[in-house]
Amino acid sequence: MNGYLGIDVGSVSTNLVVINEEQNVITNLYLRTKGEPIKVVQQGLQDLKEEIPADLEIKGVGTTGSGRKLASVIVGADIVKNEITTHAIASSHQVPDVRTILEIGGQDSKIIILRDGIVVDFAMNTVCAAGTGSFLDQQAGRLQIPIEEFGDLALKSENDVRIAGRCSVFAESDMIHKQQLGHSVEDIINGLCQALVRNYLNNIGKGKDILGPIVFQGGVAANKGIKAAFAEALDTEIIVPENYDVMGALGSALLAQQKVAKTGTTNFKGWDSASLDYQPSSFECESCTNRCEVIEIYVEEELAARWGHRCHKWDMV
Amino acid sequence: MKVVLPYLSNSHVALKSLIESFDHQVITNQPSKKTLSLGVQHSPEFACIPFKILLGTYIEALENGAEMIITSGGKGPCRAGHYGQLHKEILEDLGYEFEMIVFESLTDSFRDFFGKIRKVAGDASWIRIFKTIWREWNRLTVLDKLQQKVHKVRPRELKPGHTTDVFDEVVDLVAQAESIAEIKEAKKQGIDKLEAIPQNKDFEPLKIGIIGEIYVVLEPFANLEVEKVLGEMGVEVDRSIYLSDWTEEHSFFVPAEDPARDAAKPYLDQLIGGHGQESVGSTVLYGQNDYDGVIHLAPFTCIPEIVAKSILPEVSKEEDIPVLTLFLDEKTGGEGIRTRLEAFIDLLLQKQGRKEMKIS
Repeated sequence: MNGYLGIDVGSVSTNLVVINEEQNVITNLYLRTKGEPIKVVQQGLQDLKEEIPADLEIKGVGTTGSGRKLASVIVGADIVKNEITTHAIASSHQVPDVRTILEIGGQDSKIIILRDGIVVDFAMNTVCAAGTGSFLDQQAGRLQIPIEEFGDLALKSENDVRIAGRCSVFAESDMIHKQQLGHSVEDIINGLCQALVRNYLNNIGKGKDILGPIVFQGGVAANKGIKAAFAEALDTEIIVPENYDVMGALGSALLAQQKVAKTGTTNFKGWDSASLDYQPSSFECESCTNRCEVIEIYVEEELAARWGHRCHKWDMV
Repeated sequence: MKVVLPYLSNSHVALKSLIESFDHQVITNQPSKKTLSLGVQHSPEFACIPFKILLGTYIEALENGAEMIITSGGKGPCRAGHYGQLHKEILEDLGYEFEMIVFESLTDSFRDFFGKIRKVAGDASWIRIFKTIWREWNRLTVLDKLQQKVHKVRPRELKPGHTTDVFDEVVDLVAQAESIAEIKEAKKQGIDKLEAIPQNKDFEPLKIGIIGEIYVVLEPFANLEVEKVLGEMGVEVDRSIYLSDWTEEHSFFVPAEDPARDAAKPYLDQLIGGHGQESVGSTVLYGQNDYDGVIHLAPFTCIPEIVAKSILPEVSKEEDIPVLTLFLDEKTGGEGIRTRLEAFIDLLLQKQGRKEMKIS
């Protein structure tokens, strides 16, 4: 059996998806990146090998997410694609008539507008982290509530409590203040969900033509409180697809299948790449005032990749 | 005197030469991460990135013995018009001693403008002053023309980075020219050198217009080299603003008709400060001239560009041209910008129904 592997290395989670020739998801993994992208990709490969059918052969690999370059060095990718494109591809694969994608991940959130299956507009937060998964994570930790229960608690809220959503630091102090006043945890969490949605729609959703069907994906889509807040704010149904938390990986697996159909071969380095020794290191280049932070990746003590430089001085031949 | 000026990419060559013609020594450094850190440390938090980089530039130069700061003012309700004054206050509070000369628009006050020229030029005759200005004006326009050529060659180059390397040599040639004749000769040589770069002449690149606030559009350090990154991804870029255009409009000559401002009128019929109105108008023009897309560069918290951004979705729809806004601030990692640019290129290619791309 042929399979295609998609890997999405994000700030908070690293996801791996294997699809078959018919583009059905055979298996998916959702792991925490924990600031160690190399280790987690290797761990993912090992876990995946255990899970997939023995006769499955990986025919193509795609990587995406902010760690896409790094992941591609480890596994040998056929296609390295930005996460905006891969998310759109996966979404229109799952919900073919989708016209709006709301995506909230660990450190970024984006909105993608499609018409007739083609991306016509998108926006991604640039300078503000309010309304992202990391912030929810942090608040759940502070309230000592497992993040998985966050959304259900929000749905239990009975009274509206307004939380400032403009800035995550101010949102936090507003929450603490409301707690001290004696509001219930459920109400505060619900207020936070509404604040995040308000900020999202007002920030990256500004000026966008948000039409249904609307798909909500990314790790935060697991949060029922946020989903309900979106449904209320937009006054329409919100679809959370089955593979909502691994859509980037799914999209890159789909792209890998397309790419390999054209090229006929794969760059996949095999499952052994999970056990090789990878060492990243970095230095500041002092040749000019740019002071580029150059990153080098060593595989078994041999230089395998280098990036981060603006000129071509450190290009590998 | 040791003088510091705002650093504006390659235009610095002409500005430096102009000031040094009057027995000064320009000691501006190209902005670096250190410049940024210094600027951020001493600026109001909500000031925009051009303010912070300029403040850092001045501090670095003052530390190296600069005695005079020369900069430009502005008109209209953009706070950048008062940056010179605010920089002066902050630098004096930090204990630096210097003279600050802020050139306001010629049309604001002839006396003020020429009085300041006299201050910079010392006892040089007016004839010499005007001849020098004319020579440097030529140098500035030549640099801008060569830059435009670079934008065409880069997406077609066979070896990545080749155009950038050649352009560095060409800028040096222009910098060394001592007369208008030599500047013209340097331009000719420069064009020849750029054309000699091995290129894929059959490649039809996407065409993207770059609009926004002048400093972040002109200075690669502030925009994380967006023109070069796009060029090496196989995109031909066009910039809506060149320093030579701006200078023409704001100082030496009678204000010229501005096509961008006229084009903006159906959407925004008045000056809102900074380059807000030009951003709207340039998008209209790029749409009418069959560009594939527009990238809007805006400093975080910049009011004129925030206003422009809220108008651009309608322009984008009416003129059928996709627009991507990038807010720029303190971040120096280019990866986030690259991700957005890649996705934007994917979008434009999909719109055209084209699948192949130079770099994926």
